[in-house]
Amino acid sequence: MSYEIIGISVLWIFLYGYLIVASIDFGAGFFAYYARVTNKDHLINRLISRYLSPVWEITNVFFVFFYIGLLGFFPDAAHYYGSAMLVPGSIAIILLAIRGSFYAFENYGSKKNIVFLFLYGATGLLIPASLSVALVLSEGGFIVAANGIVTLEYFKLFTSPLTWSIVGLALTSVLFISASFLAFYASRADDKPALKLLRSYALFWSTPTIIAAFTAFLYLSQYNKRHFQNMMDLWWLLGLSVVFFLITLGLLYKGHRYGLAFISLMLQFLCAFFAYGIGHYPYILDPYITVQSGATQEAMGIALIGAFIGGLVLLIPSLVLVFRLFLFDADYVKGKK
Amino acid sequence: MGIDTVVWSRLVTGLTLSFHMIFATIGVAIPLMTSIAEWIGIRKKDQHYVLMAKRWTRGFIISVAVGVVTGTAISLQLALVWPNFMQLAGNVIALPLFMEVFAFFFEAIFLGIYLYTWDRFRNPYLHWLLSVPVVLGAAMSAFFITSVNGFMNQPDGFKLEAGHFTAVYPLQAMFNEATPSKVFHVLASAYMTGAALLAAIAAFSILKKGATDYTKKALKLTMSILLIFSFLTALAGDTSAKFLAEHQPEKLAAAEWHFETEKGADLILLGWMNAEREIFGALHIPRALSFLAFGDFNAEVTGLNEFPADEQPPLVVHYLFDFMVGIGLALLAVSAIYILLLLWKKRNELNRWMLRAIVFGAPLAFLSVELGWFYGEIGRQPWIIRGYMRVEEAATTSPNIVILFFVFLLLYILLGTICVFVLRRLFRNNPAEVELEKAAKAKQNALKEAGDLT
Repeated sequence: MSYEIIGISVLWIFLYGYLIVASIDFGAGFFAYYARVTNKDHLINRLISRYLSPVWEITNVFFVFFYIGLLGFFPDAAHYYGSAMLVPGSIAIILLAIRGSFYAFENYGSKKNIVFLFLYGATGLLIPASLSVALVLSEGGFIVAANGIVTLEYFKLFTSPLTWSIVGLALTSVLFISASFLAFYASRADDKPALKLLRSYALFWSTPTIIAAFTAFLYLSQYNKRHFQNMMDLWWLLGLSVVFFLITLGLLYKGHRYGLAFISLMLQFLCAFFAYGIGHYPYILDPYITVQSGATQEAMGIALIGAFIGGLVLLIPSLVLVFRLFLFDADYVKGKK
Repeated sequence: MGIDTVVWSRLVTGLTLSFHMIFATIGVAIPLMTSIAEWIGIRKKDQHYVLMAKRWTRGFIISVAVGVVTGTAISLQLALVWPNFMQLAGNVIALPLFMEVFAFFFEAIFLGIYLYTWDRFRNPYLHWLLSVPVVLGAAMSAFFITSVNGFMNQPDGFKLEAGHFTAVYPLQAMFNEATPSKVFHVLASAYMTGAALLAAIAAFSILKKGATDYTKKALKLTMSILLIFSFLTALAGDTSAKFLAEHQPEKLAAAEWHFETEKGADLILLGWMNAEREIFGALHIPRALSFLAFGDFNAEVTGLNEFPADEQPPLVVHYLFDFMVGIGLALLAVSAIYILLLLWKKRNELNRWMLRAIVFGAPLAFLSVELGWFYGEIGRQPWIIRGYMRVEEAATTSPNIVILFFVFLLLYILLGTICVFVLRRLFRNNPAEVELEKAAKAKQNALKEAGDLT
């Protein structure tokens, strides 16, 4: 396997990881705010904060990792995406900055503040919406290079149904993933009232998620036939994704084995995300950058893979430690430590 | 006339970096201070030091959040504001950028664990051990990112033929000639600034509320660390100047207003200059520049006139340089005087002038770090990658950059203000003594409960 294929695979796996952990985080922000407004915060906010406090920075690093890795393996992406996305990228920076710092202010500061919580909840929806636009841009046609100047066609972007269907999918997925995970966390904490509430959130957001997925797929078929056809060739992956969705839904409905339900949900998104990604190949930005044409020099590619392996050797044991201390330590989850 | 997008691009980046630098410096330095305090506390079985570590960490985590988000901002802005720089740099210097993320990842993981496991281990050294990866991760982050800056000054590790890379050596690019002296200087000055900050907090508290055991111990510890690191910073500064004299003479010459190449060159302090580059009111120290640059009073120092006019850095860097060095030396003096007074039993090291000087030292230390970076960046002009890419070739062409400058300015003002506000509220009504009492009571109750059970 060539180094650029390894590179893009690694990056895609990390993006998938970010999709899961960030969705949990983003959705938790929304639910924390929503629960406060509906006077149910006493049920779930302590639980949410127990999980999020030790891990929010880790979530943020997943994103930076993907993005720096992309620029490292495919420097041309900096030229195209960087030039075109000055404004949307800056908006994303501002949202991320507000979210991260206000989370710390709210959580580590001494007094609770509803404005901080509102900003934290609102950015939880706005960030995934703005980040998902990058996926729309990669489909091509929105970023145009002429005479060496790269521009973004805002009007076309914001009037395209593809854009809004993908944003919709991002939002519903975030809420579905987050509620399912938090339900699992509540069941581990043996916190019945929280579990009941979170399970109802998870069930509520399951159907919109699958409808949004089909809608986005439909608009993709009109916008980018090549990508759609490639995905149809991977029909078995898409089928598996639907099967896992049904398993998740069944387990959530029956109301037991929440851990298994969440694993099944992760597999559902894994299948769909990789069907999308493999279908996208070979383009990183249709039609300007492909995995082959945009790849960095071989020496750099190999150095990056080496650094990546070294980094994993360091990180995996550390992450295992975090999970054992905060996720799988029943006493901590229950709030006894 | 169109908008000068290059100037605005520089302003946006300068703004983000200046703001980030405050929090990055705290982020690198405080973990080391915390780790030292906790270790002393465990060793001496002195709760004061453990509490010190706890309180510092609690304040630290809030500033870390701002550091993380501004760090994310600058990493994204590199590509958004300087797309062509990032394309070229991405090809050559991606390795340390990538590894910086790993180092930060590592630090973030252990910081999360450290923060939430104060009372979870029976052996207190186990908790202290968790601070080691935080300190190392922070230092490694600083190392990797500084090596990228080193590359911009001393590009190495690639061959460029007709605009195309024919060979790239990532390790050579990372360990470019500027990296060692820069990393030394960045780390030493960060630790110095962190110690100055914590010492200032202790001194301020003594000035306001009188000395307690806790504040006296905190001041003694942080001032000792300050003495060590202000000395190391001076050493690192000297190393950096010697490096510049040899490898980047135009940068040193601009800072020293040294125009003609000559042997036995004078050192020029402060002063001002007219349009004909005549210097007035400056302090001249004979042959000192030659000595500082090469360790030899008769050495030849390259002057700025050796370089074409459009490749000379702006001469304003002279002031940035002089003030940076001046503050560094002042901090060394303050910490040395404090330690002397402390050792000289008859004298009171807690006299008000001493304490005021220490309080004043913290903002000066941060100013000095900022001045140093301004000198480093402006002194590299007109290049973004010295000898290969000029800043105007690298910047974005989008006029939106002007609005973004003001949006980011507003964001940083907001974040900075609220951060200070939250920190004040966290500590104002919660002095160390009250916390110690609370902790003692909680322990007693726990013992009582255990007694009742048996």
